[in-house]
Amino acid sequence: MAVARPVLKITGLHKRYDQLEVIGNLSLEVRKGEVLVVIGPSGCGKSTLLRCINGLETIQGGDIELNGQSIIVGHTRWNLVRQQIGMVFQSYDLFPHMTVLENILLGPMKAQGRERAEATKEAEAFLDRVGLLDRKDSFPRQLSGGQKQRVAIVRALCMNPEIMLFDEVTASLDPEMVREVLDVILGLAEQGMTMLIVTHEMAFARAVADKIVFMDQGSIVESAPPDIFFQNPVSDRARKFLNIFQFEGVKKEERHND
Amino acid sequence: MESAISIFLEGRNLARLMEGVWITLKISAASVLLSVVFGLLVGLLMISRKPALQAATRFYLEAIRVMPILVLLYMFYYLPDKNWGLHFEAQTVAIGVFTLWGTAEMADLVRGALTSMPAHQRESGRAIGLTEGQVNRYIIIPQAVRRLIPGVINLTTRMIKTTPFIYFISVPELLKVGQQIVEISGMKNNMASFWVYGFIFFLYFLMCYPISCFSAYLEKKWQN
Repeated sequence: MAVARPVLKITGLHKRYDQLEVIGNLSLEVRKGEVLVVIGPSGCGKSTLLRCINGLETIQGGDIELNGQSIIVGHTRWNLVRQQIGMVFQSYDLFPHMTVLENILLGPMKAQGRERAEATKEAEAFLDRVGLLDRKDSFPRQLSGGQKQRVAIVRALCMNPEIMLFDEVTASLDPEMVREVLDVILGLAEQGMTMLIVTHEMAFARAVADKIVFMDQGSIVESAPPDIFFQNPVSDRARKFLNIFQFEGVKKEERHND
Repeated sequence: MESAISIFLEGRNLARLMEGVWITLKISAASVLLSVVFGLLVGLLMISRKPALQAATRFYLEAIRVMPILVLLYMFYYLPDKNWGLHFEAQTVAIGVFTLWGTAEMADLVRGALTSMPAHQRESGRAIGLTEGQVNRYIIIPQAVRRLIPGVINLTTRMIKTTPFIYFISVPELLKVGQQIVEISGMKNNMASFWVYGFIFFLYFLMCYPISCFSAYLEKKWQN
């Protein structure tokens, strides 16, 4: 795994909104089969980073390479690039006027020009894997948030992307639905899918990641394997950030003392 | 009751009322059709990022909204004739004015339908590798049409209900014909106005109700 080629390589990325620098001189690599989890406080630029990778945001400097090809230099045909990058958003964003199956088939059939029968077979196999085959003819509004998000993941997978980007995909889900979505992503990791994941679920990050990337104020503060990062974060900022997720049993002890 | 029926059987009364219905429907249908076509174009101009275009279309919409339809009808019927010797057929003026009004309303509906579309819908479409054209064709337009239908139906029934105004520029539409019949039959039968206007009420209902039903049907169908 250590010598695998980088699927995604970002060098010296700069992203500005007018004068405000959102990402400054950021570089990272994701190798084939690797799972990178980006964590950090809100507004640190992690979602923007994902959006830059598939061209939903323009960048003001640096380079992004997909399988060794720059997608920044020269005339990029973004629709072709995006077919190789699966992206799942926080708010699922299924197309409300189409059934689950139609949602999934739109990309393979219209963007990739694949046959309906063949694409349907693949879509149904993926749906079965995420436990939603019986909902293929439902409309999005008939599904729960967790089900919608699983469909959104299948929609991206059916494009057979080189890499999957997950942008806080459980952030707007009820707690009991978070698990079903995270399990799907864990399953993908086991099968060797290359992924770049932005999340606030620390336990999940630790379980799924090959490498944790901690971002703050638009740049990478530290990156390390999950066990090292969560046990011994090097930077103050990472330590402070991780402390937010710790709860001390102070009140209970006080009550016992009474 | 017998006397009521005799009103409609007298002369060409019933046939004339049906001709009135035909004119009402013809002018409404032509105006709605033209309004939809021009409204789509103007609606797209309204959401353009060019400030001049935005201002111009905004002005057009507001100007039409504050102007009573009757004023517009008079303006376009009498002004060109009196001042420049240009005589337009009354029915042409009626369709023109209704289209001017309908285009403004339709454009605003189109603007609303497109701007209320969550930005993420477009982004999701891009994210699965669709071109901008495909995003519009498969994602944005089908949803916009669904959002537009109730407004278009509403505009259609409003147009049908506004057609009586065109009798001021002497188009023999349904209400005008009814009034003429009442004036003549009223001398012999003092219930004439009740029966004739009652019948006209029924005819307007027949014109508008199926359209409302159709709208309800589409809304139900697309609810899923």
